[in-house]
Amino acid sequence: MTDLWEGLVRAFQLILSGDPTVYQTTLLSLFISGTATIIATLWGTPIAMFLGLRDFRGKFVVKGFFNALIGIPTVALGLILYLVLSKSGPLGFLRLMYTPTAVIIGEALLVTPVIVSFATTAIEAVDPEITSLAKTLGASESQASLAVLKEAANGIFIACITSFNRAIAELGIALLVGGNIVLTTKIANEINFDISLSIALTIILLAVVLVINVAAHILRRKRK
Amino acid sequence: MSWIAELRNVTKTFNGITALEDVNLKIRESEVLALLGPNGSGKTTLLKILAFLEKISKGELYFRGQKVTEKNIQKMRMESTMVFQKTILFNTTVYNNVAYGLKVRKMPREKVEEEVIKALKLVKLEGFDRRQAKTLSGGEQQRVALARALVLNTKFVLLDEPTANLDPKNALIMEEIISAVNHELKTTIVMATHNMFQAKNLPHRIALITNGKISEVGTPTEIFGSLSKTLTSFAALENTFSGTAKVTENGTTLVDIGNGVQIEATVQSSGKVSVFVSPEDIILSKSRFASSARNIFKGEIVEILDLGSVVRLKVDVGKPFKVQITKRSFNEMELNLNAEVYIAFKASSVQVF
Repeated sequence: MTDLWEGLVRAFQLILSGDPTVYQTTLLSLFISGTATIIATLWGTPIAMFLGLRDFRGKFVVKGFFNALIGIPTVALGLILYLVLSKSGPLGFLRLMYTPTAVIIGEALLVTPVIVSFATTAIEAVDPEITSLAKTLGASESQASLAVLKEAANGIFIACITSFNRAIAELGIALLVGGNIVLTTKIANEINFDISLSIALTIILLAVVLVINVAAHILRRKRK
Repeated sequence: MSWIAELRNVTKTFNGITALEDVNLKIRESEVLALLGPNGSGKTTLLKILAFLEKISKGELYFRGQKVTEKNIQKMRMESTMVFQKTILFNTTVYNNVAYGLKVRKMPREKVEEEVIKALKLVKLEGFDRRQAKTLSGGEQQRVALARALVLNTKFVLLDEPTANLDPKNALIMEEIISAVNHELKTTIVMATHNMFQAKNLPHRIALITNGKISEVGTPTEIFGSLSKTLTSFAALENTFSGTAKVTENGTTLVDIGNGVQIEATVQSSGKVSVFVSPEDIILSKSRFASSARNIFKGEIVEILDLGSVVRLKVDVGKPFKVQITKRSFNEMELNLNAEVYIAFKASSVQVF
């Protein structure tokens, strides 16, 4: 109990004193998870548009595939990336191992199924006549697709927030291809050496997730 | 007389099912043409073809003398607009909804503002621009949809059942706007309807459509006056019944429509006739009450259709009558299926043709 109390007190001291390790780790984590979410949104949304608006044979298989991938264990994906990016791996020449870029790629791959599945559901929920409506008002094919996307914006926004939560909270990928650079890995690694630092970083991680989710909720309410 | 659009031997099939078959129709510049037919007769498909939203399977479509092809379809779409039966609004403000087509046309911002305000005034929705479109009542939403179409000032407007889901007040406003737009702006309007009364009063011409085929085209006087064969076969049309009429001692007409149901009308007529009563003109009550209405029947609710702000009921009084009441009345009266009710309507509300 004393350990916990002392840990908590020091954790707050670290946060309030502006400890560089705490702040650099936090900012890097936000950058990595944010970038991964943006990349996944950029390539996941067109896939979702295709799945949500087109009918083709085997569509349910593709949708099922992305749904199933939502639950992929982060450590499994981390191991696959490790094998691909390590020196002896096929992309070893890129020398990405233990860099923020490697974690960004890993987390982007991790959250892509979340973006694709959630955004597809959001797009499918849009009134199918929206495309016809936009067209009869003069919109081109691409403008009509954009109109559908705007209608699905709330759902896609939720997909982004969920993705960011998954990215910032994951440990497996960051540990295997990033080393000890983000909040989750530092929390895990410092437990046996500096418990106060672990507690401080955990408080920050929880605060970041809480603040971002509350802000997102407020934003959504305002949009309505 | 110049034609704005022409369909030549147009056939439309969906997955092997024929929605329209060999349709030939010419639409005159600046006219109001009503497509009159029962539900599922192909009216909406025909409108969507005329709006360049649906491709034709066979035949040809001409617009302002030019054959519509894959290459020029986008250009053609800029010259027409369709308002759908089900009100579809973008999830944003009234202003953004109405401004959409103008923004697509890259109109300057100040001009967009000016046009939107003008269009909202036209549909009697001044001051609604900042409101979220989806929070408005059903009738107001339909008027936003109309403003969004009219603001484009296209000379070819297609309306799919423009008053079907509206309460009488909003339906009347809508009819006034349609009429004004046609008179003042010389806009050609093609509207689908299954409302006999509307078809009789609003359009210059009527095209009767059943099972995907156009059977007759003519002025309301021609169609209703000569007791058109197709018209009398429109059993699926709401509240339209065939019967035998005889003039009473009081100078009114009593029409026997079968199953012991006799309808009294003020118009004098005798012999084989068809009668129509607008669903909006029928009063519904749970008990019999004294009124000036000459037609009062006891029946049972056999169907309930929730249309948002209004509810449509089918009441079997020996013959099925469609009755339209507001959602509020429906809730207050605590109506349900198989409930015993009375329907009443004035003899002057009965159209005889």
